[in-house]
Amino acid sequence: MRPLTPLALLVAASLLVPCAARAQAARTSDLRYPPLPKFDIPVPERVVLDNGMVVLLLPDHELPLVEATALVHAGPRYDPAAKAGLGSLAAEVMRTGGTPSKSGDEVDDFLESHAASIELEVDDDVTRASLSALKADFADVLRLFADVLRRPALDGEKLEVARSQELANVARRNEDPFGILFRETGKVLYGADSPLARTPTYATLRAVTRDDLVAWHRASVHPDRVVLGISGDFQRDEALALVRAAFGDWTRGPEWKPPAPAIRSDAPRGVFFARKDDVTQSYVTLGHLGLRRDDPDYYAVDILNQLFANSFASRLLVEVRTKKGLAYAVFGGVGTAWDHPGQSTVSLSTKTETTGAGIDALLVETRGLGSRPPTAEEIEDARQAILASFVFRFDSTARVLNRQLLLEHYGYPRDWLTRYREGIEKTTPDAVRRAARHLRADDFAIVVVGPATGTDKPLSSYGKVTPLDISLPEDETGGQ
Amino acid sequence: MRKHALALLAASLLAALAPSPPLAAQDLAALEGHMTVHRLANGWTFLILERPRAPVFSFTTVVDAGSAQEVPGITGLAHMFEHMAFKGGPTIGTTDYASETAALEKVEAAYQAYQTERLSPRPDPKKLATLLAAFQAEQRKAAAFVVQGDLDRILSTEGGVDLNATTGADETVYFYSLPANKVELFAFVESERFFHPVFREFYEERDVVREERRMRVESQPVGRLVEQLITTAFQYHPYQQPGIGTPSDLQSISITDAKAFFDTYYAPSSMTTAIVGDVHAATLVPILEKYFGRIPARAPAPGLRTVEPPQIAERIVLMEDPGQPLYVEGFHKPAQTDADQPVYDAIDDILSRGRTSRLYRSLVRDGQLAVDVGSFSGFPGGKYPNLWAAYAFPGVGVTNEKVQAALRKEIERLRSEDVTDEELARFRARSRGDLLRSLESNAGLSRSLAEYHRLFGDWRDLFRYLDRLQKVTKADIRRVAASTFTPANRTVAMIVHAEQ
Repeated sequence: MRPLTPLALLVAASLLVPCAARAQAARTSDLRYPPLPKFDIPVPERVVLDNGMVVLLLPDHELPLVEATALVHAGPRYDPAAKAGLGSLAAEVMRTGGTPSKSGDEVDDFLESHAASIELEVDDDVTRASLSALKADFADVLRLFADVLRRPALDGEKLEVARSQELANVARRNEDPFGILFRETGKVLYGADSPLARTPTYATLRAVTRDDLVAWHRASVHPDRVVLGISGDFQRDEALALVRAAFGDWTRGPEWKPPAPAIRSDAPRGVFFARKDDVTQSYVTLGHLGLRRDDPDYYAVDILNQLFANSFASRLLVEVRTKKGLAYAVFGGVGTAWDHPGQSTVSLSTKTETTGAGIDALLVETRGLGSRPPTAEEIEDARQAILASFVFRFDSTARVLNRQLLLEHYGYPRDWLTRYREGIEKTTPDAVRRAARHLRADDFAIVVVGPATGTDKPLSSYGKVTPLDISLPEDETGGQ
Repeated sequence: MRKHALALLAASLLAALAPSPPLAAQDLAALEGHMTVHRLANGWTFLILERPRAPVFSFTTVVDAGSAQEVPGITGLAHMFEHMAFKGGPTIGTTDYASETAALEKVEAAYQAYQTERLSPRPDPKKLATLLAAFQAEQRKAAAFVVQGDLDRILSTEGGVDLNATTGADETVYFYSLPANKVELFAFVESERFFHPVFREFYEERDVVREERRMRVESQPVGRLVEQLITTAFQYHPYQQPGIGTPSDLQSISITDAKAFFDTYYAPSSMTTAIVGDVHAATLVPILEKYFGRIPARAPAPGLRTVEPPQIAERIVLMEDPGQPLYVEGFHKPAQTDADQPVYDAIDDILSRGRTSRLYRSLVRDGQLAVDVGSFSGFPGGKYPNLWAAYAFPGVGVTNEKVQAALRKEIERLRSEDVTDEELARFRARSRGDLLRSLESNAGLSRSLAEYHRLFGDWRDLFRYLDRLQKVTKADIRRVAASTFTPANRTVAMIVHAEQ
């Protein structure tokens, strides 16, 4: 927020009462607003257990619910290539395969009869375990949560259930065209074998044994790789005592330095085409690698993305969607990721007959960031949109906590949100214009998913066309 | 983050978990102390819930009109109008409203001339080309006045987030959130949208919606199958029509059609807006009067005459498709205001919710026949008699027939034997938990309040509905299952995998 001058405060205060009596404004720019009530960013209490587990606590007593999330530094990024899908299977069977005191079915019965939930999901290098419980059940559900994390029984029958679900995901992986586009773009930009882009196959899923799950859990899930956040209706001392009782005697794991994910060293060029005939559109991404989130240009890039593609007033939406009517879905921008380069992309889906027109429009708008640099008005509107909505980044305790967990997990400064606001405020217009160099049309690889015929221009007019084979391999051992 | 009436209400929901007394009247009264219902003279109803947790508020406007108000020839129109509502108004989105209005009249005249020739028995290609060129020339003239994205720019630079809208079969829903000091901006923009609707860029937007149809329906196996399911299960009622519109209608609907739709169905008495957050009814109500009170009252929209006749023969859709197998079966059931709706909710809970459900345990856990199962009612809408449906995604190499047999066995059990005490208790506990969790976000709560008000005429039914859920008995479930799950009332839709 920009500081209010004493004069502005006076004006605002004078408007407070007679507001309703005033004639209605002729335009929105005539409206004058009272100041927003002071509201500070809630800061969770941070406790580090002796075993290295980080615990964040942020009570909120409005509703009698408690929610907790544990981020474990383990996930599919670290799967062995021949067993891709191991982390995902392990997380699911931790949840469904029971604990020392309860079978998997008993865990389900207990949770669902108490209107509670525990779920595990994996994303890249994170296994996220989340808990939601009514206040009265929190202690019991937290103890169960600790068992699921620390002492999962990893029942072999539940591995087969999870495996059949993952196999079906492989079988269905070519149904959603945007899903294909995102998957193949990742493989093109990071490399097909990069752990950032790799996807399981029938063979890698079938290679996973129950022993692999046990070994995975023993190697990966340790308190010094966990950050736990709790929000909702709890008393601080009681919750902390519960956490200490449930996790305090958990022993540290061996020293572990996460390997940096391998990324292809050469930049892909040309067109990569995945043929899919049962669609009436082409699904297109133009892209190259982007930045890490701790890049000094991050704030400039955020403002640039806002004016380029993040609203209906942005260049990409106005030109490609609203004016040309070429697409319903059009999006993009400079990509950032927490600990590796993100993907800087522009994408759309457009009817097959306008595939070339769509690609051309994306190229024109990307180049336009250089040839028609963002105006002062565009930049200030974008900056203002970020700052004026800043309160929505901390308007609920769960939102605050989820962000803090990620900051902890990736080792970012804990006051990141405050720094972010300052960064957005201080970024100069020239820095925003310079940030356009992070989106380079000449460096784009072009990925297209769609029918082989019927396009307005041959894809070869955009460079050498490399076919992508997305067909499903035969599943030799599968089938019922 | 202060505690207030919602906390009191929540406490009573929780206390009720052990036995099941009805929601105590005094708790609802506590919430009512923070709720203001204000109906303007023109009929627009506002529900204001003061919740000073953070200096923000969310609103949801529900219009009691959706794609069920369409007839063949204008399908997709309710959704098109929703898109139009983002184009601004007389002072938003234009450089010169008067000149633009005149230009748009010419656009429409040119379009009607083109359309008349195009739909004539023997269109003359030459004449058609000339008329099309003339129409496009007028479009370009009108486009010169447009300030694209202005509505979004105005709201986002004042801190607006989550600006969006959806069109369903029964209703059209508009929503966003703003910092708490911007209530007058909300009143200005939202009243303008529906006081002076604009139809700028209508035909350009029609192309965008056509792309939306290609993306959501035509290029997804599930989208293709769902469209086949509704067009088959309903033979007469407008629920049979795709809300996004048919390809030919998306080539034909016009500004004239959209204006007529707005005039008929967007009367203020069809509008309910719920506002939840750090707002004060005492200061807000005069602002609402000032802005929304400008809109003249109009005749209420006519009711829908059409009633789907009882289904007397099973219907089956076999869709050969490159997609993997998918099995769905649907049954006709009463509207969601019917006394038996809570029974259908209980059936869904017991049959398909979570890892304890019957379908999960029999089809996914034990048989590994399916990898995902579910059921739901209120499809494609809920205001009129609608469908209850169950679906299963077969596992790799499993046929639809195997899944069908296993699914039918579970549906049949609901008819032939009582559900267990544990299942009923779990349903009751979860329905309390659901209501409690639905109170968490301002946006979600504003939508629930507005929708219950639209459907039942009183926001309190959001909370009363819980009591109705708690009263569902084993006998209710068997009675409803027996009358609903009959072969003649069934429509089956499945994807049969076929390589192209």
